[in-house]
Amino acid sequence: MTDATAETPRRGSGTGSLMVPDARTAKRNAREKRFRLYGLVAVCTGILMLALLLTSILSAGLSAFRQTTIQVEVPLVAERLDPEGNRDPAQMAKVTTFGYAPLLRDALIGTIESAGIETELDPRAIADMVSDESVAQLRAFVLANPGVLGQTIPVEVLASGRIDGFFKGRVTYQTAELDKNISPEQLQLAEALQEAGLLATGFNWRFITAPDASTTRPEAAGLGVAILGSFYMMLVVLALALPIGVAASIYLEEFAPQNKFTDLIEVNISNLAAVPSIVFGILGLAIFINFAGLPQSAPIVGGLVLTLMTLPTIIIATRASLKSVPPSIRSAALGLGASRMQTVFHHVLPLAMPGILTGTIIGLAQALGETAPLLLIGMVAFVREYPGAPWEGGLFDPATALPVQVYNFTQRSDPAFVERASGAIIVLLIFLLIMNLAAIFLRRKFERRW
Amino acid sequence: MSPFWLILLVAALALVGAVLGRRKAMASAGGDARVLHSLPNYYGANVALFVAAPALLVLAAWMVIQPLALDGRVSAMIPETAYEDAGALNLLMADVRRIAEGLDLAVEQGALTAAEARAAQAEDLRARLAEIGVAVGAEIDPSTLVAAQGLRMLDARADLVRTVVILALAAAGFAFTYARTNASYRARNSVEFAILLLLIGASTIAILTTLGIVLSMLFETLNFFRQYPASEFFFSLTWDPSFSGRGGASTLGILPLLWGTLYISIIALIVSVPIGLFSAIYLSEYAGKRFRGFAKPLLEVLAGIPTIVYGLFALITVGPLLRDAIASPLGLGNSASSVMTAGLVMGIMLIPFVSSLSDDIINAVPQAMRDGSYGLGATQSETIRQVILPAALPGIVGAILLAASRAIGETMIVVLGAGAAAKIDVNPFEAMTTVTVKIVSQLTGDTDFSSPETLVAFALGLTLFVMTLGLNVLALYIVRKYREQYE
Amino acid sequence: MNDMRFTERTVATDEVKIAAKGVQVYYGDTHAIKDVTIDIADKTVTAFIGPSGCGKSTFLRCINRMNDTIPSARVEGDIRIDGEDIYDKRVDPVQLRAKVGMVFQKPNPFPKSIYDNVSYGPKIHGLARNKAELDEIVETSLRRAALWDEVKDRLGAPGTGLSGGQQQRLCIARAVATSPEVLLMDEPCSALDPIATDQVENLIHELRERYSVVIVTHSMSQASRVSQRTAYFHLGEMVEYGDTGDIFTNPKDERTENYITGRIG
Repeated sequence: MTDATAETPRRGSGTGSLMVPDARTAKRNAREKRFRLYGLVAVCTGILMLALLLTSILSAGLSAFRQTTIQVEVPLVAERLDPEGNRDPAQMAKVTTFGYAPLLRDALIGTIESAGIETELDPRAIADMVSDESVAQLRAFVLANPGVLGQTIPVEVLASGRIDGFFKGRVTYQTAELDKNISPEQLQLAEALQEAGLLATGFNWRFITAPDASTTRPEAAGLGVAILGSFYMMLVVLALALPIGVAASIYLEEFAPQNKFTDLIEVNISNLAAVPSIVFGILGLAIFINFAGLPQSAPIVGGLVLTLMTLPTIIIATRASLKSVPPSIRSAALGLGASRMQTVFHHVLPLAMPGILTGTIIGLAQALGETAPLLLIGMVAFVREYPGAPWEGGLFDPATALPVQVYNFTQRSDPAFVERASGAIIVLLIFLLIMNLAAIFLRRKFERRW
Repeated sequence: MSPFWLILLVAALALVGAVLGRRKAMASAGGDARVLHSLPNYYGANVALFVAAPALLVLAAWMVIQPLALDGRVSAMIPETAYEDAGALNLLMADVRRIAEGLDLAVEQGALTAAEARAAQAEDLRARLAEIGVAVGAEIDPSTLVAAQGLRMLDARADLVRTVVILALAAAGFAFTYARTNASYRARNSVEFAILLLLIGASTIAILTTLGIVLSMLFETLNFFRQYPASEFFFSLTWDPSFSGRGGASTLGILPLLWGTLYISIIALIVSVPIGLFSAIYLSEYAGKRFRGFAKPLLEVLAGIPTIVYGLFALITVGPLLRDAIASPLGLGNSASSVMTAGLVMGIMLIPFVSSLSDDIINAVPQAMRDGSYGLGATQSETIRQVILPAALPGIVGAILLAASRAIGETMIVVLGAGAAAKIDVNPFEAMTTVTVKIVSQLTGDTDFSSPETLVAFALGLTLFVMTLGLNVLALYIVRKYREQYE
Repeated sequence: MNDMRFTERTVATDEVKIAAKGVQVYYGDTHAIKDVTIDIADKTVTAFIGPSGCGKSTFLRCINRMNDTIPSARVEGDIRIDGEDIYDKRVDPVQLRAKVGMVFQKPNPFPKSIYDNVSYGPKIHGLARNKAELDEIVETSLRRAALWDEVKDRLGAPGTGLSGGQQQRLCIARAVATSPEVLLMDEPCSALDPIATDQVENLIHELRERYSVVIVTHSMSQASRVSQRTAYFHLGEMVEYGDTGDIFTNPKDERTENYITGRIG
């Protein structure tokens, strides 16, 4: 032994007292503090990013839920809107929006005059202050209620996107100087209308219920078709992914023998969970549309693609849930002479159900936010018609989806669509929040400790 | 008979069979269910199964095979002079199908009688089809019409045979099981076997999906390489597709797209790996219970946010901010879409991904390792850096590879944040583009599945799939090996 | 097995190394250690015995403040090493643990090479000025742990590849390398086979020459073989403490006697 030479002296303070921290320990402790600080900074950076993300979306999008409208008394001159005079909607439909536009313009001018507001704007500039969509709305209203012809009715018309933007702070007198779509005089008039109580900004139900509008009418664009389309797709995903996922999990967890085939399935599931979503879009395009001939833009195709994407999530959650049911339950049932199938369906599956449902909801939430694959199967199309009810084949009608609608809005040049896109995201996030809260609630309520 | 009604009929037959089967079983037991081998309902279900399952399976197979089989015979009817190559024949066949469907629809709606449809002339047919909402692209060629009529005839004949075969199968299934139904028949075993087959079928969907992905992309990719040289695709430094109709040859080199993809992914990893890893370390080793209970779910929220939201964040906030605060003042560029924008935002997206995977992995390092280190007088950070992280390294490498695979396959953030210009540049404030962006742009809007500009998307998709698959398999292998080490 | 030892069982020194007074430990609401007072002598092997769950390991972990790493644990009372209160605010547990080494129940070598395992402690505490010094510390420590001859040709091999007994001796070498003054051993042989146990016990016997060794064991024969003094713990209390020979041949407390004669435990 070389003991004698190796009595290493204690470093730092020569006394060896624990009360006196030596220089080296102090240095090490400083490093410790620094390291800990890096960790804290990292966590805070993550949370800060989340806050920044949400603030950015909220500040850009909350205003989409408010909309500026103008109160106008519109005299519905029967002779101009129903030249034949027989109140037959089919005949009246021959009068296009070009017939209605002057009516609305004159009504607006009349309203301004009767409110005692003076303006030097020409009639055309005044007409430009309301949305083109309002004319179409007026026409639709009259065609639906021919009885109102000849009367003077109060109509709440949408202000144009720039006027709307003015009351939301997006448009100012300075920007209006440079903008060929709006002039400062128009803004002055709008302010005067507001003072007269004819122009107001209120909650915007149409944003949630109305269909999309053309690229020049951001003020009228709504999410109705997109929400319905997303809802249909979720129905398809739920109807397919839940049973298939549960069936596959039951087989893998309860029946599958240990062999190559089972391994192959397992490897495939874990890989599918990590395949980029856009690849599923290519699959949908090639198989469901080009090969099977299903229609483009249809919720059924979107639903099928999202089902394939969601399956791994549901299978993983379901298997974990089945695994957590203790073997004693199975032994008890088998011991009473139940078959393995009866054991699984009568005892194991009901006990695993809360976990399965939680996993399913989380899978659905993922599917709801998915965008990329839907772009490839034509869901970016401009769709104004609501799809029919599911039993009328509505699943095969063209529709869009919420996240795709967001993408769609971002591809349009009018800055008002940024507000719409952010607003659509708020709607999407609210849906996701509800679904996740439901999942948390389910987990808390039915969580079982064995 | 249309498939819908055929299915309904088979279902009705199965229901009748179920009632009869159950009754027969009960009768054979003298009305005493205890004598039966299985519960009475199993006998009914068993008969229904034998009636419906073979019939419906054959029907499904028939519906797939019939069009394929008929296509061959109909395309033989079209004179070879009418088309130049396989692509043109495909287009022609599409017309034939559309005309045949249009005629069927016209008969269904009463616009034409069955006899008129058979005798329809090529000249006025286009207009008449247009009336009922069937648009036929060009004037109808007489030879196309002949083929369409041939298709209709063959279809009608095949449909008739199909109906007969299906109903015969259902009847045979009924006869077979009904005869065997008696008190000692093991109906439950038979039904359970069928359920087991169903369960196996459900689990094979995973394999079928993978197969579907690979085959669909492989075929179209081979198609693409028939029209466009593979060496150009893999080695050309230019991506310059000509728009369809304007003529001119496209240059479709994948390298600029791969460059953009990798550049953005690397920035994303540079952002997410340190932040994610340090967050995981802090949350699992340092944070108090309360802080952890508050910060961990918040970080996980980042993982639950759809990528389109990140895309919009890049587009409206991060992009303009980077441009106005850094790129423009430094003269590095004036584009809001840039590699940096997309990489940064993607990095934020990947933080929770890295942190939760690392958290699992760090927690898998046994407490005994920590005790051993603390017992020697190591500080917590020394323990983490010199004992825990080296021990967890393989697992963390696996997590980073998975994150890289995510980054490479991510679409919406780059579509909205990176730009569309395919170029190889080192300035991160320049707009560049990625494989996924180009898949989206080549496959949306007007697509022509015979042109290389569209088909290239499948080759891009396959490349992407192979890259991510390789990363995933490697990562899963590493992580699994790592887990085994501590089990 | 080794009757020779009984004869040489003399307490080498009466100098007190560790003095504990009125120590209480709580885990959350559980009162794990109740008012333990004990003086542990230097250059002596002191054994803590008692049925499982009696608190002997918990008390051992108080001596180098390993309980600090368990958030719910709370320690009261007074423990002094060389007269210094180790729970004093000025004391850095990191410095303390360099002075009070520890060997754990299950061998826990780091997933590194044998060399790196042993040099880890000296490196973090900065005990070597250069590579040659570090090499020397590693060699000395491995020799003291009676492992040198078995591993000297494969210092670069992973420590996890050694046999169970070798791993535990590696952990002892690792603890010795920081030149501690006290060595705490928490059932160091419970995961080892009899041959490995014998080797470790022989080693403990030699370690006594330099260190104050405190060993927790639930094997009474082990306590009688390796220790000079023995403390018997029961339900969180220290019931009896004295020369090992006395405790085993002439226990004063009934509970100790019951345990030693095999009636409880």
